[in-house]
Parts: sequence; structure tokens; C-alpha cells
Amino acid sequence: MMPTLYLPADSLARAVGADEVSTALITQAKESNLPLELQRTSSRGLYWLEPLLEVDSPQGRLGFGPMTAADVPSVLEALQNPSSHHPLALGLVEQLPYLKTQQRLLFARAGITRPLSLDDYRAHGGFEGLKRAVELGGEQTATAVFDSGLRGRGGAAFPAGIKWRTVRGTPAAQKYIVCNADEGDSGTFADRMLMEGDPFLLIEGMAIAGLCVGATYGYIYVRSEYPDAVAVLRQAINLARQAGYLGANVGGSGLTFDMEVRVGAGAYICGEETALLDSLEGKRGYVRAKPPIPALKGLFGLPTLVHNVLTLASVPLILAKGAQFYRDYGMGRSLGTMPFQLAGNVRHGGLVERAFGLTLRELVEDYGGGTASGRPLKAAQVGGPLGAWVPPGQFDTPLDYEAFAAMGAMLGHGGVVVADDSLDMAHMARFALQFCAEESCGKCTPCRIGSTRGVEVIDRLLAAPDQSGRDEQAIILKDLCDTLQYGSLCALGGMTSYPVASALKHFPADFGLHASEAEQ
Amino acid sequence: MPDESLHLSVVNSLLERHAGSAGALLPVLHDIQERIGYIPDAAVPEIAHALNQSQAEVRGVISFYHDFRTAPPARHILRLCRAESCQSRGAEQLAAQLRERLQLDDHGSSADGNISLRPVYCLGACACSPALELDGRVHARLSAERLDALLDACREDA
Repeated sequence: MMPTLYLPADSLARAVGADEVSTALITQAKESNLPLELQRTSSRGLYWLEPLLEVDSPQGRLGFGPMTAADVPSVLEALQNPSSHHPLALGLVEQLPYLKTQQRLLFARAGITRPLSLDDYRAHGGFEGLKRAVELGGEQTATAVFDSGLRGRGGAAFPAGIKWRTVRGTPAAQKYIVCNADEGDSGTFADRMLMEGDPFLLIEGMAIAGLCVGATYGYIYVRSEYPDAVAVLRQAINLARQAGYLGANVGGSGLTFDMEVRVGAGAYICGEETALLDSLEGKRGYVRAKPPIPALKGLFGLPTLVHNVLTLASVPLILAKGAQFYRDYGMGRSLGTMPFQLAGNVRHGGLVERAFGLTLRELVEDYGGGTASGRPLKAAQVGGPLGAWVPPGQFDTPLDYEAFAAMGAMLGHGGVVVADDSLDMAHMARFALQFCAEESCGKCTPCRIGSTRGVEVIDRLLAAPDQSGRDEQAIILKDLCDTLQYGSLCALGGMTSYPVASALKHFPADFGLHASEAEQ
Repeated sequence: MPDESLHLSVVNSLLERHAGSAGALLPVLHDIQERIGYIPDAAVPEIAHALNQSQAEVRGVISFYHDFRTAPPARHILRLCRAESCQSRGAEQLAAQLRERLQLDDHGSSADGNISLRPVYCLGACACSPALELDGRVHARLSAERLDALLDACREDA
């Protein structure tokens, strides 16, 4: 009797060979006349072990990884002979320290369930939040979200409950829920994992939001770089509708809510909520001036609740387990858990969901295992391309919105890109400005012009023949960073200064500057 | 250049499918590009008319978004990720390898129409950088050898 096997269908697992492993398993089982039950699940997010094959056992699932198609015959043989030890055998997956020490609330089903199985989803707590929301009614649902302390997970960390109350309290014939799934920050992949791996969770969160604030329609705006997420979500929406979780009588509430997926078109700026709304309306992704805030005048000028994927996906759990359960995690005003994402030059890249408050050092060194190259750690960029480069001297800072803001950095969407000493920070500062120039919507001058001038200033700085020439350009560059930070309309221009100013401050030698001048 | 008017029946049937949908321009453009391979110039007046927008607005949207093409694509499209995570794992060396081997710049297309290069900023594969997307399929944990093998495969079916 062959135990059930599990292999992720996640796009990154596939990008490192999961489909080849699957094909080899099916072929080999047929040849050996073995009855094979193979389920394609979501990914655990332990990406350095992908493709990670899991096998049922009386004690729990056993892991083998990272697999290749060539390992399939020997692994199947090892399964027939339980006393043998295979070199890729990892033991019980849930006992791996990387996973065991995590606090997986949002990603509780990751690697366990099949993304498009309603039965799997319900068997692991799915739709209990929606059921509770229907029992509670809109007012108490909004109170639960407010009391949980949940803050927007997209980067700005605005208290979610305030937005919900604002949209709920604004009368209109039509309101919308918009999910910002334009996850474009380098180093982040939690939204992708969640949409590909647990799509019903996002759908449930949006349905709860719709019932609560009185919105009858929702859009998920997914970036075009995530075609698997688009396909999974579209199928999941159809399945949820057939099962009565969307449509004219959501979860037996008597209320209407439905939704569709819209696909972006390669513009980073559309991750900014007002540019996203313009894009949804069929326009260029131009940033809007605020006020009016989208909660009052959003999509098509109507009250709109805009949230990131992770924010909406946090809601079912808050409803099912209560606000107090959620706020027992975290520190200060950063409550609940955050799925941090370890990326770049790191030995153990993957998803680490923990309550706010662990330190960057714990994340990069304990979970990440240091650099993949084995060379000395130089810095980590936290929060995407608009986040600061944090030097190892500041790695004991707790991962908390306020603690990061206090040192001129930000948590953003929780992505951490690790770099070793071979990465040139002057090049990365130039890249940040070049990226801003490429992706600027062009509406405000500091961002449109400042980004291009910034690239030129760095080029002049690096080409300057002597110290005084470099110092002169460094002063201009710092001044330009101020202009970008305080004069831009949105976070793209405003926060492009973070990677530039932090590189200049912490790694002056990369610019040919002395430390004392860079500190000025 | 192919006769673009041949595409108009496809364009019009796609426009019909989106009739009445709010803010339909991006979905319309995606569908046209998926079916035809690019957005033909001849489609612009049809789109503008169907959506009650000006041609300038439609052209403005097409040019704003990196994804939309106004000419037929090459047989293979290779998008190397150039964002921070992949840069920290040697994406710049892979980019140099591509330029050298194909004799193209970062946005270049080969004269025989076999391959186009495009930079992309994040494929969500950051835990296994560096990564690229070739004809819609993501490949991660790239090495110089792996990149060469992928390019060989593109050349073979040219």
C-alpha cells in the first residue's frame, strides 16, 4: 500500500522542477506497477527545499527535498523499504526548525491543502470567518476588525478598522472592495503564494468585507507577472460562486457580493492604490491627489475599500477566532503576525510567518542561515525597492512598524533581500533612481524629473576625478533625496530616497566617499 | 507588415464580449494581444469607438503599460529579472551573458525574429533568485550553464 504523496503546484516550485518530478513519479509508478496517489498542494514556503515531496506517515508528513526527477526511483524505493535512509529524507516536515518555530496563522494551510479544493479548505477551518460575520452583522464585524489592531499589510500600515468604518458609514448606491494584488516589490512573494495556494481565503476575506461595508462587487487587481495566480483565482471564484459563497445570497446572509479578477499590465506604479483605481477604470495608472480618500471617493468615484491581499486574507481568522486572539500576537501597535519573506543572497530563502517583534538578525541569520554565497553579509533591503538598506549593525532592531520608521527604514510588505559584500551599494542606489525614472507615472515633478537627475548625479559622483568633486555631488544627491521624499505625491518618489540615502549613509566607501562626509 | 484589417473581426468580437463591462480597456487590450500577439494599429479606432473613448486615450493607455506591444512579437520572449533580489544573486552577470551571446541590448530583438529580450522587475521567485521567464514559463535558481541551455533550446526550434 503506497501512502499518499504531496507535491506543490506553486509557480516557484514549478520553476525549480516540480512538474518534472511529478511526471517522473507518475511514469515510474506506472512502470513499477505501484498505485500512486499524488496530490498537488500549495507550497510550505520552504523554498530552498523545493521541489519538496511529502509523504503521509502515521506520525505526520515526511519530507524529501530538494527533489529532482532523477531522485524519483530511489525515493520510491526508499518508501517501499521504511528502514532505509534516503539522502534527501528530511524527516517530519512540521518538525523542521524553520517551520516548527513559525506562527502560521495566515499561512496555516500552506503546503497542506490543494488550492482549488473546497473540501480541503473547509476541513481546515475555511469559511468559518464568513459564517461568524453573517451571524454578527456588519457593525460588529467592523468592530472585530477594528479591535484586532489589524493594519494594512501593503506597506502603509494604516489601521484597517478605520477604513472599514469609513466605507461602511458612507452612504452610496454602489460601493466596491478592491484587492491590491499588484505585488511588485522585489523580495516579496507572500501575495503570490497566498493567491496561488489558498485562493478561497482571499475570496472569503473579500466577501466578509463586502457584507460588512455594504459593497456588492469586488475586484482583485493582479499583476500580469503572476499568470498562475490569475488562473487559480478565476477558477476559485467560479467554485465559490457555485457553492454559494459568492452571488445573490452570500453564505446564507441574503446579501449580494460578487467579484472578478483584473490583470495589470506591467506598471509598478499601479501598486499605489489610487493609480490602481485609475488602471481599473481603464486609464493610465496615474496617481491621484488625496483627499478625497478612496474610502469616500474611490473606484468610479464611489466609496471603495482598498486593501492588500494579506490584509483581506487576515480577516477570516480574526472573525473566526476573535479580535483578542489576533491581537495577542505582536508588539506595541504592530499586532498579529506578518509573513516575512527571505530572498536574495540567503541560504534558506522562504516564507517566515511570525508575530511582529522578532529581530532582523533572527530572521536573516537563524531562519535564513546567512548568505547563500558564504561570503560576509553586507546589508539587507527591507520592504522592497523603496526600502532602506539596513547594515548588520542595525540587525537587532525588532521587526515592528514603529521601530523601523524610527531608523529611517520601513517594513513595507515584509520582503527582505539579503546581500553579501560583493554587491556594490552605489550601483544599487543608482538602480533605485533608474527604477523610479522607469516606473514614475509622471504626474509630479520631483519623481518624474528628480529620478532622472538623480541617476545623472550618481554618475557624476562616481566619475568625479577627486574627493572634492565627489563631495560636491554627494551634497546635491542628499538634497535631491530630500526633495523626492518631501515633495513627491506618492510613495514611489517619496521613498525612492530610502535606498539611496541609506546606501550613501551606511556604505560611503562604495561611492568613493569618506565616512565623515557621508554623515554630514 | 501583415494586413491588419484581417484582425478586425477578432477585435470586434472581443469588444462585443466586454460590452457593458465597466473600465474594460485593459481587459480588452489583454484579450486582443493574447489572440493576435500584439495590438494592431487598426484596432485603435474600433476600441475607441466601442468604449466611447478618444483614440488618444486608447493610445495613451497602450503606451503607458510595459506589457502592451504594437508590433508582432518574436518567436521567443525572454524576460530576465533585474530587480534587487536577483541582482544580489548575479542577475547582472546573466544580463551580460545574454548581451554577449545574442549580440543584443537589454530590450533587443534578434533580426531573424527568433528572440526578444525584455527586463522584468520581479517574478515573485525571489527565494530562488536569479530567475527569468521564457515564453511564459518561469525558471529559477539560474546559472550561466542553465541560461545557455535555455538559449540553445530556443535556437534549435528556430
